[in-house]
Amino acid sequence: MPAVLIEDVHKSYGPLEVLKGVSLSVETGQVVALIGRSGSGKSTMLRCINGLEAFQSGRIEVAGHVVDQDPKRLRDLRKDVGIVFQSYNLFPHLTVGQNIMLSPRITKKVPQAEALALAKEVLAQVGLSEKFDSYPDNLSGGQQQRVAIARSLAMKPKVMLFDEVTSALDPELTGEVLLVMEKLAKGGMTMILVTHEMAFARNVANNTIFMHQGKIWEEGPSKELFANPRTPELQGFVKAGARE
Amino acid sequence: MTTFGWPEALFLLRAAGWTLLLTAIAFLIGSLIGGVFAIMRLSRIKLLRRIAATYILVIQSIPVLMVLFMSYYGLSLFGVELPPFLAASASLAIYVSAYLAEIWRGSIESVPFQQWEASASLAHSPAQTYRYVILPQAIRISLPPTVGFLVQLVKNTSIVSVVGFVELARAGQLVNNATFDSFRVFGLVALIYFAICFPLSRLSRHLEKVMNASRPH
Amino acid sequence: MPIQFQFEPIFAESDRIIDGVLLTLGLSFGAIVLGLVLAVLLVAAKSLLGRWVGLLVDAYVELMRNTPFLVQLFMLFFGLPLIGIRLPGTEAALLAMTLNLGAYATEIIRAGVDSIHRSQLEAGLSLAMTKRQVFQHVVLMPALARVWPALSSQFVLMLLASSICSFIAVPELSGTAAIIEQNTFRSFETYIVVTIIYLALALTLKVALNWLGRAVFPRVSSVDRLDARAEAA
Repeated sequence: MPAVLIEDVHKSYGPLEVLKGVSLSVETGQVVALIGRSGSGKSTMLRCINGLEAFQSGRIEVAGHVVDQDPKRLRDLRKDVGIVFQSYNLFPHLTVGQNIMLSPRITKKVPQAEALALAKEVLAQVGLSEKFDSYPDNLSGGQQQRVAIARSLAMKPKVMLFDEVTSALDPELTGEVLLVMEKLAKGGMTMILVTHEMAFARNVANNTIFMHQGKIWEEGPSKELFANPRTPELQGFVKAGARE
Repeated sequence: MTTFGWPEALFLLRAAGWTLLLTAIAFLIGSLIGGVFAIMRLSRIKLLRRIAATYILVIQSIPVLMVLFMSYYGLSLFGVELPPFLAASASLAIYVSAYLAEIWRGSIESVPFQQWEASASLAHSPAQTYRYVILPQAIRISLPPTVGFLVQLVKNTSIVSVVGFVELARAGQLVNNATFDSFRVFGLVALIYFAICFPLSRLSRHLEKVMNASRPH
Repeated sequence: MPIQFQFEPIFAESDRIIDGVLLTLGLSFGAIVLGLVLAVLLVAAKSLLGRWVGLLVDAYVELMRNTPFLVQLFMLFFGLPLIGIRLPGTEAALLAMTLNLGAYATEIIRAGVDSIHRSQLEAGLSLAMTKRQVFQHVVLMPALARVWPALSSQFVLMLLASSICSFIAVPELSGTAAIIEQNTFRSFETYIVVTIIYLALALTLKVALNWLGRAVFPRVSSVDRLDARAEAA
């Protein structure tokens, strides 16, 4: 039973069709990278998986939940599916620790003491234990993004989605975030990441999917895909985005 | 005791006319005085700035009722007994002047500083800068809050009965004392005020949207 | 003709003046607290209870903002007895002030709530929160922090507007002034003393509210800075 199953999904914004029949499946423990140009539909596809975007036809099943727009089912789904955003979206009026503890306490009714221990544990996992009582605006971008990852981890998700999480960071800060993500991958987390970091996709993702104009254009084992792109679109993309 | 009928309703409507006239006169005179204080507030001479700032702060920190009383009894100290309409207009004009001065000062300061630089670089004198570059833009910026303030002014005319002038609210009180039909009387009074104020409020919001849409980002 | 001021008769009435000040402050603080609670409830209702409730809230706000406070006061004081509710002046004044301030505060807080960036809502929802939880934990405090200056101004305006309650013979500061004027026949002296007291009250309240804002909402600037980032992303 795949962790994520996407079947022939179509999505339009009004007259503009952005997803034209996308199908893919991700097994438990796999790491899949979604790459492609802006406008190729990759972020939209990702956001459909946890219900932030609605789709018109097709079927998505993730971590045993069927994705529709029913609020209660979505909330149950979101307890098992975490997402990290490009702009981190930490809550600025709460400390790092409070950011992490908030959702477990109010959505899963985790008692305060247990939530505290959990928060400290995930914060240690991303290497920021000393920042427990700091406010987000006192942290660098890379640190904020790692806190965002910790915040999602505190929900003990079965699947984690990453939406261009290093794109808003200064180059010297992307490394610390990618390191955390690599650790997660090695630890067996099922991950889908939309990314521009080609090296990361090639080295850490089991499979890479290249999207173009709302369709899956090429897919396959990462190293193979990058070494031998078959279509001219992917060839051009790889050449242009070569970042070592 | 009379019943609330058409004569009473017409009485209220005529009083509403006085409300509108009072608003207009107070706004016009208040604009002139307010303009002067706005210029003083932005002057390079520290004393002028201080005087204007104090004037604005004081009037904005006391009830409009007190502005009315202070102008009325202040004038009577000098032996000047204005008839009610003029007393009401003059006092309201003072109230208006302080708020408009502040709105207009804010509008002028909102014009991006690059405009001043550009104008000076074209060898314009300060007066020319104001006239051709700054004021046209400041006036556009000031339209939404000025119209919004006009709504406040209309509502504040309701208290000038303390200087003896009968406008819509006072007329309502008189009719209520005669008929005791409070819901109908004050209901109609509220409706008339609403009919005057609501379009102005909408206009102010519309102007604000138009302003935000055309602002360069 | 030299102008002679006589302030002694006014100062002789200082007990009455103090009572007036206390009632003004009592009415104002009462209206501020009750009005704020009312506003938060109405904004929550508008956000969470769907379109028709939202329209009702809008109608209430527009009605209160486009009619004079004096007329609202008259409506409550003279109108309610007709349906059997006979409120004494002071209670009617508090009710009128609460309803009036509540409407303005609703509008201000609603603007603050609307200004919270969508990405914050998405983050909260993605963490499996209900809409109510997102409103309570993610939206409300930053919104209040952002609009606290505008709210504070409105509170001070309400303090000044309490003077209008003198029209229904409530013995707050303005009502007291009218009584003292009648007793002493010293109109100018009475009103200048009262005006100075209002000035002191308003300025003090402004300072106190600024301080309160800094104490309760220390992270205001950070709310705006992180928003700029979300905007750029």
